[in-house]
Amino acid sequence: MRKILLRGMRLIDPATSTDERIDLLIAGGVIAARGVGIVADQETRLVELPGAVVAPGLVDMHVHLREPGREDEETIESGTRAAVHGGITALAAMPNTEPTIDTPAWVEYVRSRGRLAGVHPIAAITVGREGRTLAPLGELAEAGAVAFSDDGRSVADPSVMRRALQYASMIGRTIIAHCEDQALVGSGIMNEGLASTRSGLSPIPTVAEETIVARDILLAQSTGARLHIAHVSTRGSVKLVRRAKADGVAVTCETCPHYFCLTDDDVRSYDTSMRVNPPLRSAGDLKAIREGLRDGTIDVVASDHAPHSLEEKQVEFDAAPPGMIGMETLLPLTITHMVDTGILSLGKAIALMTVKPARALGITAGTLATGAAADVVVFDPEGRVEVTGDWFRSLSKNSPFVGSTLSGRVLMTIHDGQVVFEEDLENTCGSSEDNGKRAAESNELVVGV
Amino acid sequence: MNWTRKHLLGLEGIERDEIITILDTTSRFREILDRPVKKVPTLRGITIANLFFEPSTRTRMSFELAEKRLSADVLNFSASTSSLKKGETLRDTARNIEAMKVDMVVMRHPSPGAPHFLTNHIDGSIINAGDGSHEHPTQALLDLFTMREHAGDLKGKRVTIVGDILHSRVARSDIWGLKALGADVTLCGPSTFMPTEVEKLGVTVTHDIRDATGDADIVNILRIQRERQNGGFLPSLREYSALFGINAARLREMKPDVLIMHPGPINRGVEIAPDVADGDRSVILEQVTNGVAVRMAMLYLLSMVRASKRVEEADILAEVGA
Repeated sequence: MRKILLRGMRLIDPATSTDERIDLLIAGGVIAARGVGIVADQETRLVELPGAVVAPGLVDMHVHLREPGREDEETIESGTRAAVHGGITALAAMPNTEPTIDTPAWVEYVRSRGRLAGVHPIAAITVGREGRTLAPLGELAEAGAVAFSDDGRSVADPSVMRRALQYASMIGRTIIAHCEDQALVGSGIMNEGLASTRSGLSPIPTVAEETIVARDILLAQSTGARLHIAHVSTRGSVKLVRRAKADGVAVTCETCPHYFCLTDDDVRSYDTSMRVNPPLRSAGDLKAIREGLRDGTIDVVASDHAPHSLEEKQVEFDAAPPGMIGMETLLPLTITHMVDTGILSLGKAIALMTVKPARALGITAGTLATGAAADVVVFDPEGRVEVTGDWFRSLSKNSPFVGSTLSGRVLMTIHDGQVVFEEDLENTCGSSEDNGKRAAESNELVVGV
Repeated sequence: MNWTRKHLLGLEGIERDEIITILDTTSRFREILDRPVKKVPTLRGITIANLFFEPSTRTRMSFELAEKRLSADVLNFSASTSSLKKGETLRDTARNIEAMKVDMVVMRHPSPGAPHFLTNHIDGSIINAGDGSHEHPTQALLDLFTMREHAGDLKGKRVTIVGDILHSRVARSDIWGLKALGADVTLCGPSTFMPTEVEKLGVTVTHDIRDATGDADIVNILRIQRERQNGGFLPSLREYSALFGINAARLREMKPDVLIMHPGPINRGVEIAPDVADGDRSVILEQVTNGVAVRMAMLYLLSMVRASKRVEEADILAEVGA
């Protein structure tokens, strides 16, 4: 395997509190050396991209890969291709596939099929995600499940949730809670507020999320288990988590870019790419989410990448399935809406997508420490991204950001020491002829795997 | 004339002048309905499809009558024969309608925004005949026309809407139209039937029926769907009737010249007592007649926009020598 020297670029690694202009040498699939003036030998590929940032490969802890079951929408292959296009080298795959990932064999299947990026399976909490019988959490963990979630719905029965937390705690795994009280959601389609009043779409009150956030925090507190709350979207949820953390509860939480850059007002266009669960919230909620990211209440930014076919989305708004793709826009949306707006430093933003999700999942990833696996993203924080349907590598195109221009362009992604994505350098300013040739070579590599 | 829109999707964002144009045009068509021969050749050669994805007798009949009185060719497509049941998407239905070269589409659909969706897939003009709980613009226009006939200029007039505002497309369209004409709008009904932050639309909300109707010039009573009782919105229809129903005793406490309206179909004895519905302050049947005239006016105005577009295109073609 060829060595790679990333030379003279700004290296940001929050896990080691690094933000300086140093070289990074990758050899044997790991970070071999860091420092100033590392010399490249003839075996080493030299990468020097002016203005670029070198960071740990991103960790997206909330992804729907659709395989098995809906390979027309996404496969593990296409999903990981999309991931590395977005600078993501490790992702956690949610178990709400067809069938549900609730047996060791399926965990093994999902875990072993990620080649371009690391795929970490999350297994179901209950058999078939039906909320009744605990799945074999111990065996699932042994097969490689990094966490458990019935994502897509809450475990409605509090006693089942309590036992799940107790049991997961015994085997040292985190429960990821999708917080939504189905009775309060009812036939709801969008966030309850002025926008739902105007659009006539059935409203979902914010308390539908918050009552379960509160319940699960109390259950985590009483069992001492580790709880991670998925896709926090409301002001009330942020407040509950903030208070729980102050009380010493072992809780972490995530939000998704759409909750800090879109609001329920965007739903009034009846554009089905805006339909998502939890629904886009009010401007006040958006402000609270941004504040939660700034003050550290929210630990993680994850995509909740949810591919849907064009056929499924080209229907009436209330008939469209909820969800939007997001792995490829995770970094540019976070830079554009959280860093360029001055709310977060670039270092803090990177931490939310690297070391912090890795810690929440308990996986070894998200750092450029010497000796760590060489999972690296090189990106230009000022580079423009014109989002079009064709730009996505995902099999599905259901993004509300098609047509927008964002900042934060991924130039190169390295997984286990191999270049798994590389921008067409001939179209990038500051590239040499040599780099162009190498780009062509590495594209062959991508195609070959 | 002040009408340049291609579609009538709702009354949100509509200008006062546009409503005045529609109401003035309606007056002209209303007069036709009193003639012995009630048919004019205005829309001869124009094909209109009525797509009803939800049961409706009155609105569908009203549109069909309006279309026939304007001599349009009419195509009916109703829920029982709908493509949805055959697993086709609304988009495919739209593309088929488009392929049949239909000029205008009137659509009733249970999903809010369905007519907006249709505009992306159809070249013809679209009239929203009710989309879920969103809007029902022609109903609101016939309400406005009827109010104007009796009360004159609606600026400063007190209009109260009573009932299930949350699920009502009529209420939403009425609010937009009435606000555009400068009326003072009050909403009255149980708290479970009030949409969130509805006050921000510039209306007053009260849960006291006496407060709401005491000095009202017009009281528009909405139908209470019987299934709402099962949905947990109401303890019982009896309780609704006791707290919010309009009966003769309550009518006596209102202004003597108050106008009682209802978009129908009425639940006698629930939201309105039979003697009030049939009484001398009620204009409920007049609303039905005016509905046909308003729809004729709307179809006419939209056809004029289409015709002027065709003339423009012909001019351009002539200029380039095609």
